Amino acid sequence: MQFTLNGREVDVAAHPMRRLLDVLREDCELTGTKEGCGEGECGACTVLVDGQAVVSCLVPFAQVDGRDVRTIEGADAQALQRAFMDHVGAQCGICTPGMIMAAMSLGPDPTRRQMQEALAGNLCRCTGYEAIYRAIAAAKRANRRTPLGVESVV
Amino acid sequence: MRSAVSTLELRRPRSIREALTMLRDDGPLVPLAGATDLYVALNFGTLSASRFLDLWPLEPLRRIEMRGDVLSLGALVTYTSLTRSRLVRQRLPMLVDAARVVGGIQIQNRGTIGGNIANGSPAGDTLPVFAAADAVVVVRSAGFERRIAFVDFYSGYRATVLRPDELIVAVEVPPLQGDQWFRKVGTRAAQAISKVVIAAVRGESPRVALGSVGPVVVRARRAERALAAGQGIEAAVAALQAEIAPVDDVRSTAEYRRAVAGNLLRQCWARAAGAPNPDA
Repeated sequence: MQFTLNGREVDVAAHPMRRLLDVLREDCELTGTKEGCGEGECGACTVLVDGQAVVSCLVPFAQVDGRDVRTIEGADAQALQRAFMDHVGAQCGICTPGMIMAAMSLGPDPTRRQMQEALAGNLCRCTGYEAIYRAIAAAKRANRRTPLGVESVV
Repeated sequence: MRSAVSTLELRRPRSIREALTMLRDDGPLVPLAGATDLYVALNFGTLSASRFLDLWPLEPLRRIEMRGDVLSLGALVTYTSLTRSRLVRQRLPMLVDAARVVGGIQIQNRGTIGGNIANGSPAGDTLPVFAAADAVVVVRSAGFERRIAFVDFYSGYRATVLRPDELIVAVEVPPLQGDQWFRKVGTRAAQAISKVVIAAVRGESPRVALGSVGPVVVRARRAERALAAGQGIEAAVAALQAEIAPVDDVRSTAEYRRAVAGNLLRQCWARAAGAPNPDA
């Protein structure tokens, strides 16, 4: 299967029904993407496919054929990552890669409501979300474009 | 993950025609789109089928268009596409309201209306909308197409009248007169499966449909007749509560669901005509 992974053309041989999550972690050795619930409820395994946030535990590998896949390793999200550290948006850390990938779809200066909607599919059991919203707001403040220039979905 | 993937087979047609040929000649195959339901079963090891048909690359099934005065939605239209579509916002705002409360953004980016209909969960969020809107399901097999009234599409719990060689290709929604209203009651706003879900049209011919209150989506004809005859909201609520069949399950109780269904109808009819939906 040929697709673009974090900006590089790759050709990965794996069963078409394997979960994208497993192919990324086991075949591509990109373990930044985490498995939480394995049923699309928690968002820990969020990656971008053609710029759209998806839960990679529910994506058959065949469906990324020819598409553009972006994981936390290639997210180019330094502003978000730095802000998550500065504002303690990460505690245990298992939800953090998914949170950052989901937050990438937000435009500059998102409202509270926009942040809540963009992250509605991402569960965090540590922070109570407040620190996460503060981190995202700080990273996206004033004319700072999203690193991928991804169009807002909310 | 609890399923052995190596035993599974995925057919990958390049066109709708090829998909239909595969369904006819190489079946049984289970159509697979955004996989947001199927892969949950895969992860749990409860997937009953082993051979699948990948519809995801079939772009012609993603169209949203008017055909005369009928709104036609391709089977692969995702919840995100519904939310972004000006046509759907104008013609069927209650479907946009429903799409916005399905899962989270990640599920909305992948889940499709064809999948929601085919999966046939009694809690499917868009199903009361299609029932209340008198939608028609367009299904196609190799060489044949038929249109099935949405309210006739389910033959029982998670059972449909779809034949093994047939594919849902579109949903058609005729023009609707009146104010549309949608409300989902769940444990939380996002990522929740409904306890009760309702879609209603308040106008000269009132329409009311509910999910999670029976084995299949319920079109509340008796409540509609009570409303149309001007018998008052309490008569309509009594009729509604008599024609639904909720159960006790992990998400709620029958008693709670019956009470909430009545309250939702009251809430919908108490709302001033034309007022914005506070829950949207």
